[in-house]
Formats: sequence, C-alpha cells, structure tokens
Amino acid sequence: MTAVSEKREGRVYYSWAGMIEGARLALPVMPGMVMFGAAFGALAAQNGLSLLEATLMSALVYAGASQFVALEMWPEIATFGGIAMLGLVTATVNMRFVLMTAALRPWFGTLPSWQSYPALFTVTDPGWLIAMSYHARGGRDAAILVGGGLAFWLLWFGSTVPGYLLGAMVSDQKTFGLDVIMPAFFVVMLVPLWRGARRAIPWAVAGGVALLVAALVPGWWFIIIGSVAGAIAGGFIHES
Amino acid sequence: MSLDPMVLLAILVMATMNYLMRAAGFWVMAHVPLTRRTQRMLEALPGAIVAATVLPIIVRSGPAAGIAVAAAAAAMATTGSSFLGVAIGVATAAAVRALGIAG
Repeated sequence: MTAVSEKREGRVYYSWAGMIEGARLALPVMPGMVMFGAAFGALAAQNGLSLLEATLMSALVYAGASQFVALEMWPEIATFGGIAMLGLVTATVNMRFVLMTAALRPWFGTLPSWQSYPALFTVTDPGWLIAMSYHARGGRDAAILVGGGLAFWLLWFGSTVPGYLLGAMVSDQKTFGLDVIMPAFFVVMLVPLWRGARRAIPWAVAGGVALLVAALVPGWWFIIIGSVAGAIAGGFIHES
Repeated sequence: MSLDPMVLLAILVMATMNYLMRAAGFWVMAHVPLTRRTQRMLEALPGAIVAATVLPIIVRSGPAAGIAVAAAAAAMATTGSSFLGVAIGVATAAAVRALGIAG
C-alpha cells in the first residue's frame, strides 16, 4: 500500500491461468453471492420491478448494498428528483470503493490505463479482499482480481433470475421476514469491521445523526448526512 | 419483461455513480496523495454507512426488524458466515411475527 512495496514488486501482468485461479479463489464465497443475488431478485419482484429491470440492474450496477437501498427507495424513483436522490445515495453507500481501489494503485498502477480502469468495474467487497491477500503473498497477476470479479458478476446477475421468480410467488414479504434482508445484510457486513469500541465511535455518531435527520428531514438524506458525519468523526479521532 | 424508461434512467445513474466510485480511489492515488486524516475518514466510512442506513430503517420498520437484525449480528459474530447471519435474521423476523411477539 506504500511507496516501499511499489519499489519492491515485480512486473505486473495478466494471464489466462490467473483468470481461472481468481475464479477458483472466489469459490468459498460463491454460495453466499448466489444467495444474496437471489435475495435481491426476490425483493425486486416484491417491489414491482420487472424481471428485465431487476436483471439489468444487477448486471450494470453490480453493487449489492446500493441495489438493496434502491429497492427501499423504489416508489420514489419515478421522478427526476427521486433519481437524483438515488444517485446521491448510491454514491454515498459505495464510497467505500474509493478506499478499496486506492489500495489497488501500487499493484495496478504500473499497467496502462486501458488495462487498469476497465478492471475496476469488477471490484466487489469479497473479490477485492481475495485479490489483496493474493497480492500481499507476493502475487502480481492482475487477472486474479478480474477472474474472481467476473465469476462473481455472472453469479450475481444470474442468480437474480431464479430469486425473482421465487419472490414473485410470495404474497407478503413481512410474513416471511424478507423485509429484513437489507438491514441484516448491512449489519452482517459491519461485524468483521469491529476493531473495539474506540473505532466504533464514528459509527455511533453516524447512527445518531442519521436518526436525527430521519426524524426531521423527509426522504433519504439521513444516509448521506449520517455517513458523512461518521466519516468526519473518524477523521478527528486520533489513533492512540 | 417491461422496461420503464425512468427505471432504465435510474439504473444508468446508479451504474455510473458506482463506476465513478470504483475508479475514484485508483485515480486519486495517482494525482493527489491521501492525507492521514482523509485516510482515517475513508476507513471510518463503511461502518458509518451501515449505521446511518440501518438504524433509521429499523426505527421505521418496527421492533421485529430490530430483534431480527440483532439476531443476524449475533449469528455472524459466532459463525463468521454472512449468509447464515442474514438467514437467521430473516427467520427470526418471520418467527417473531408468526408468534405475535412483535410486529
């Protein structure tokens, strides 16, 4: 992640073997990916999207967290104002990608732009983690990230279809608890990030501010204002 | 198999925003050095996003959702499986409602 490792590393390259190895390293996470893709499809059916719309969203957006939030906001996106809000919320929810791809710079930075920028589309939380640990072990094949990312991508929008068909058969999502998929998915992502109470102060700030904003301001500003407040708090808490 | 033009626009806006976020960190690193403070802000962000999104949604959805999300977090912390965590969360919400404990 630093200039030191940049000097230390050997030539960065793409290989077909790396594509396959990347997909193989992704295997343990695949069942979870399929289940979440299917859960997204089921919720999309519940929220009135067509099968084509749900699948297109999974294929083009390819970011589960923001897709689940979009479904929460769904009826409101029928207006241009609603779509602008959705764009802002999407950017906020996926701002974590900024830090993730910043960490890819020492590895992918030596490749020409046409080889590095398209690869960034395939970055997902698990795919990034797998690729970073491969790189930390000394690997330099850029195809590890892309191979894993493409395998996840196929599974992600492929699993949206059966999920949608099942979801369309469920009459009341609350009876089956489907409405808690999104908040449960978010909270589950939070658990591995736990590094002690001190590091969680920004989370508390974010949650408190978001609750306040949600009570006072209509719409979805609470996600944006709460997240930014939490990040600012994080910037001002000094490491001990 | 319908595709509403507004829905298509929404999907394209989301897709663009997401690609911009994915490319931004990589681009920024080549052009401006990240300060320690910015780095810490970005590190705090994932957790902050989750807290800011989930708490108000739980308050809106009611106590069953709160119980379910707590169960999901506990399952994730003990098993380390995100899938199991969400599955237990969903099952808890369904059970709590079926038993009439909370709505």
